[in-house]
Amino acid sequence: MKTPNMTKADWKLLKEIAELEQTPMGAYNIRKNGQLAGRSNTSSIEIVSKTDKPGIDIHVKDGTKKQSLHIPVILTETGLNDLVYNDFFIGEDCDVDIVAGCGIHNAGCETSQHDGIHTFYVGKNSRVRYVERHYGEGEGTGARILNPQTIVYLQEGAYIEMETTQIRGVDSTKRYTKIEVDAGGEAVITEKLLTHDNQTAISEMDIILKGSDARGRVISRSVAQDHSQQTFYPRMTGSAKCFGHVQCDSIIMGEAKIKSIPAIIAEDTDAQLVHEAAIGRIAGDQILKLMTLGLTEEQAEEKILEGFLR
Amino acid sequence: MLEIKNLSYQVEENSKEVGILNGVNLTVKDNTFLVITGPNGGGKTTLAKAIMGLVPATSGEIWWNGTNLTPLSVTERARLGVSYGFQQPPRFKGMRVRDLLTLAAGNETLTQDEACQYLTRVGLCANDYLEREVDTSLSGGEVKRIEIATILCRKSGLMIFDEPEAGIDLWSFARLTDTFRMLHQKRESTIIVISHQERIIDLADEIVMVDRGEIVHHGARDEILPLILNTTEPGCSYM
Repeated sequence: MKTPNMTKADWKLLKEIAELEQTPMGAYNIRKNGQLAGRSNTSSIEIVSKTDKPGIDIHVKDGTKKQSLHIPVILTETGLNDLVYNDFFIGEDCDVDIVAGCGIHNAGCETSQHDGIHTFYVGKNSRVRYVERHYGEGEGTGARILNPQTIVYLQEGAYIEMETTQIRGVDSTKRYTKIEVDAGGEAVITEKLLTHDNQTAISEMDIILKGSDARGRVISRSVAQDHSQQTFYPRMTGSAKCFGHVQCDSIIMGEAKIKSIPAIIAEDTDAQLVHEAAIGRIAGDQILKLMTLGLTEEQAEEKILEGFLR
Repeated sequence: MLEIKNLSYQVEENSKEVGILNGVNLTVKDNTFLVITGPNGGGKTTLAKAIMGLVPATSGEIWWNGTNLTPLSVTERARLGVSYGFQQPPRFKGMRVRDLLTLAAGNETLTQDEACQYLTRVGLCANDYLEREVDTSLSGGEVKRIEIATILCRKSGLMIFDEPEAGIDLWSFARLTDTFRMLHQKRESTIIVISHQERIIDLADEIVMVDRGEIVHHGARDEILPLILNTTEPGCSYM
């Protein structure tokens, strides 16, 4: 076991991405600038470094309940390109919370990049809550880039609730998520994104409902400000009796551009799939209402966005 | 005291000036319960919105407690104690009833008890509603009642309610009438209600009737109510 040796600035990043203010309870693995900075296993969660490539294997024993796992990554060196493969092997009948995320503080002029490739194998009737936050800061001119890939295989009756958040600070992101849901399983994905300045974000998703009574739900909320650009491709495929719902809502501001291209693909007559997509500016009457409560126009806008991305 | 002096609001329609408000003069003493009534399209909502600053006056002035509100923004008027409950309140995706009430109260620490009281006064159970989002999952009547609760939270000196009864069911309306009666009895605020409901008009100290952008009657309830009841025949010769 290695205890983390963190600076004040490191903790600030950890707080942003994982709400950590001290060494977390339960199992954790903290990665800093491509190196292991701290790790703790428990009797039911074991983290092992990969030997063939960068990354870790996480083994969660059958029947592990009410346990949490933190695996944050921080980058504070400019010019670092960090690629990591994390594989999660979650047993049957588990109930675990996993908090991931990446924070970049780039004070230099070179690009800092983290590409996290996460694969989840979730055993029968297990429940996983996966929270991932991305955050970027730093006075340097170097770009902050995050390209996460998340692949999830849900066995029969397994459930994943995945919440990804990227609010400000990341110059370029290209996200890919793929979830395969077996019979009676359910995937709920909530994606929240705010881009500004000249940032770009692309989010591509494939949710495949392949077992009988599989369920899938995608809720995407985004705000594009200034000259930023966002593209969404949420695709939901139903190849059995299943129910899937894709909902994409975006607020467009300034000179931003947003493309939202949801797709629903049915390969079974009992597949029931719905998609909704909307892009629009903040409604004038919403701002006026909050101004009648004593807020300035800027404060009103901020509160509306805060609620929308809550 | 609220003083409206020669207030006009004109819009251009087919390159012609059309008067929505035409030289309105109105003085409302502190802690009066005033009901504004009159036919649809007569200018009632425009008058109320002009007081809040949501509609810019073309000419004339609005004074509140010795301050000329006319050049002030909506925010500044709100901070001076003017509040306005929308006839058709907007909805907010993601914002919870709790968040909206907290903003309205201007108090980050609005307690569960306080929020509960305001919701009860509009006939909503706090346990069912505080965590709900003010979005399309709420009915028109529910959004309307939450809107009224936001005005109650503000505890402002001048409360304007624009057709509070619109979209509200009979049972909740009875509860709402009690709330207006209670507000009136406290006599801590000047209350202006745009309404066509006799039960609300009955609470009024004074009634103003607005038609074609002008105040056609203004006086004590007992004086004006019979006049209104006498002039309810349709003006259309085919009816």
